[in-house]
Amino acid sequence: MRRLVLILALLLAPLQFAGLRADDTLPPAPYAYRQLDDPKLEAKAQKLMETIRCLTCQSQSIADSDASLAGDMRSQIRERIAAGESPEAIRQWLVDRYGDYITYSPRVTSLTWPLFAAPLAILALAALLLRRRFRRGDGA
Amino acid sequence: MSEGTVRGPRLSLWLPLALFAAIVALVAWGLLRPASRDIPSRFVGHPLPAFNLPAASDDRPGLATADFAGKPRLLNVFASWCIPCAAEAPQLEQLRAAGVDIYGVAVRDQKADLAGFLARNGNPYARIGADDRSVVQLAIGSSGVPETYVIDARGVIRYQHIGDIRAEDVPMILGKLRDAAQ
Repeated sequence: MRRLVLILALLLAPLQFAGLRADDTLPPAPYAYRQLDDPKLEAKAQKLMETIRCLTCQSQSIADSDASLAGDMRSQIRERIAAGESPEAIRQWLVDRYGDYITYSPRVTSLTWPLFAAPLAILALAALLLRRRFRRGDGA
Repeated sequence: MSEGTVRGPRLSLWLPLALFAAIVALVAWGLLRPASRDIPSRFVGHPLPAFNLPAASDDRPGLATADFAGKPRLLNVFASWCIPCAAEAPQLEQLRAAGVDIYGVAVRDQKADLAGFLARNGNPYARIGADDRSVVQLAIGSSGVPETYVIDARGVIRYQHIGDIRAEDVPMILGKLRDAAQ
């Protein structure tokens, strides 16, 4: 364990001395951490941001992420909602650029329909099996 | 042995074990071959969106959509704070020496940091636009730095390269530029 820590420290040391960071130093975009003044518009923006995937930290939504790209996306989404654009139009704009990957609220497409159909099929099968079993119970 | 049954165990008795083995195989396959974390842009094949970025450095002009007219060029999305961007600098220089116009989009960068980066790693860019709020980056479906796009003479995105350009990628990029010229 101690050896591992030592190796890690040695590996990371040159990065510190060269002054290299893998992150930017610009201040966040205006609406990255600031809510819209109108609570109705802010609620709309918030609802959308919670279902847009962060491109940097890929298992978080942009509402949950402090990555600078996520901040820029929040700011852009708030500004576009404030300008009157609909949340679904913004989602479509992002899907046009990043594919279904970007949205946490999947749509029914030729690729995704089994996701929606499978639970219904399993429920129907279960109902069928239960009905058979109960009927058998009645007869016995 | 239960009384009355002389047959061996039914085949369906093995079903749970077979299912279990199938799940183990699926998980092992996922562990051994992890999915790519690259997010390809769906905007390849579309014309560049309209943008007009101010100059990010003192000795290169800014960058607008109209600057791409005339011949195929590279659009390189980069930043001084991005470590692989420094790693691809020699390859960009090699492309520039081969006569390729490289236009840079500097994402969320400070002028002084960018000047230091260009002084350290060389400046292969004919133009560098400052994308302080990742607006152009989002508009072309780029999800990180560095990324390099081949743009044809009509301003249409023809190819996206995700990650740094390695030495072995240079002939491929030159090929994509030639394809874009046709």
